Formats: sequence, structure tokens, C-alpha cells
Amino acid sequence: MRWTLWVPLALFTFFLGLAGYQLTQPKDEFIPSTMVGKPLPEFSLEPMLEGAPGVSTADFQDGQPRLLNVWASWCLPCIAEAPHLDALKEEGAQIVGVAIRDTPENVARFLDQHGNPYSRIGSDPISAIQLEIGSSGVPETFVIDGAGIIRYQHIGDVRERDVPILLDQLEKAR
Amino acid sequence: MAFRVILASALCLVSLIIQPIGPAASPANAQDSLPPAPYAYQQLDNPAQEQAAMELMHSLRCLTCQSQSIADSDAPLAGDMRHQVRTRILAGEEPEVIRAWLVERYGDYVSYDPQISASTWPLFAVPLVLLLLAGIILFKRLGRRESQEHSDPGS
Repeated sequence: MRWTLWVPLALFTFFLGLAGYQLTQPKDEFIPSTMVGKPLPEFSLEPMLEGAPGVSTADFQDGQPRLLNVWASWCLPCIAEAPHLDALKEEGAQIVGVAIRDTPENVARFLDQHGNPYSRIGSDPISAIQLEIGSSGVPETFVIDGAGIIRYQHIGDVRERDVPILLDQLEKAR
Repeated sequence: MAFRVILASALCLVSLIIQPIGPAASPANAQDSLPPAPYAYQQLDNPAQEQAAMELMHSLRCLTCQSQSIADSDAPLAGDMRHQVRTRILAGEEPEVIRAWLVERYGDYVSYDPQISASTWPLFAVPLVLLLLAGIILFKRLGRRESQEHSDPGS
């Protein structure tokens, strides 16, 4: 029997094994933004609350690195990350908030209950800015350098172990 | 189609059952409280533009429900993406420009219409290589049989 006869069977087994292996792997649900390294697109968002300014691209171009936190009062993981955003603020991070599909009443209630780490809060009722910066869910946190260039993306809620990572990224973006 | 009807009626049933408990739940559990973006569910007035938007929406991936197109999904973000597609079509943008706008932000992943690029070229090259290989093998075998027939007319 010629050995080449086994090649199709070997290939078939290989692909079967590959498919079987992939089935056992957890599904990767994170879609990284391809805007990291690129400048923040032009935008201007109305203030979400009276007394707190809105958000526009120009706010990021004053030489100071900042965190851009995309969140919402209706998002449960956002409650979990709230204390860690407070910790980041206490370490000197400037955090700009973009509230997705939200209302002033709900945002005010959320901030009353879970603290307000934001220097500005913009209202994005149709996820326009979320789509502009390549974010696919709430919460997500971006590091924007002083020239307004997106340097880093954190997908999901910020946990305790992410705080030093984000501070480090802020330092690098200085 | 029939499957969808069954699914829809099943969902209706489930929501009917859940309804009595629903309103008591905290508002934080809701997806969000805003109405959908203007063009999330509203078609464009111009049928040609709506068709162009529809074709594009069927080939864009919903980011929160990753195995559906934004045309098929009821997720709020999919609605917001449909709003972007329709308003951009309305403003006269070409569908492929809108696709490129999204691909620039989310990578090839967001599009169901793969383009040839540094990472996708094997997708297009492998079938051609296999076809070529099959052709060569077939040609060799047929050629061999023919030459056998010529050298051995008795068989």
C-alpha cells in the first residue's frame, strides 16, 4: 500500500482535531479597538448633568493624559468598577466620562450611590462616540495622551489589579 | 422563516410570563431607558437608499451579539449602528465608505464581506492552490492512463 493513500485521512483527522480543540476553547468576546495609536476623532458631546461640563476632542489636547471612561448607569459591571475609578482619581488620574444611552436622572442617581470620579461627563444617546473610538460595550476605559492620541484600551470593568496598569499607561502617555 | 415565527412567539410567551415581576426590578437591570436612535428601526424614505442601507446592514456584524448582522439584531448598539448606516447613506456616502469607516475602528471582524488584506489573503489563495493541485494530479493521472493505453493496446 502506498503511503500517499494515508494523506487524505491524516488531513481529515488533523482538521477534525483542530475543530475539536477550538470547540473546547472559551469564546473570545473582546473586540479590540483598532483606533489605538490613532488620534481621537472630532466630536463634541453635550453635558449630561448641569454643573458638569460636556466632552469634546479639544478637551484632550492640552498636554495632559486622561482616562476616557465609556459607561452607563444601566450597566451592572459599571457599579463594580466605580470604587476602582475612585481609586484612580485619588492617585491623580483625570477621568472623563461618556455616558451611553442614558438620562440625567439615572446618571445623577448612579453618581450619588457609587461616587463621581469624573471631571467631565458627556451624553452620548446614540453611541456615536462609542462607535467613533471603536468601543463595543460598556464599560471600557481608554488612555488618551496629551496630544489627543488614543494610547491604550481596557475592555470590561476596571478591577483592582487594573488600577496600577492604567496608572502606568497614563505615566507612559505623559 | 418558520423558525423565526416560532422563536418570536416563544419570546412573547416568555415576556408575558416575566411581565408581572418585571416592573418591580431595579432600573439598573434594564438595558437602558432611552428610545432607540431615530433611524434604528425607521426606514429611509427613498427605496433605493433604504435598499443600499439594508444590503450593507446585512453584511455588518453586531458587536454585542457577535453571530448576528446588525440588520438581524435587536441589541441597542446594533440599533445605533443601523442609525449610523442610514444617516450616512442619507448624507450620500457610499456603502463601501461606511464599511471602511467601521473596519478602521473594529478591524476586519466587523464586516461579513472579507477583503483581501495581509491577514486574509490565505482565505483566497488556499482554494486556488488546491484547485491547481487537483488539476495537476488529475492531468498526471489521465496522462499516465493514456500513455499506458498507447503502450498496451491489448488491455
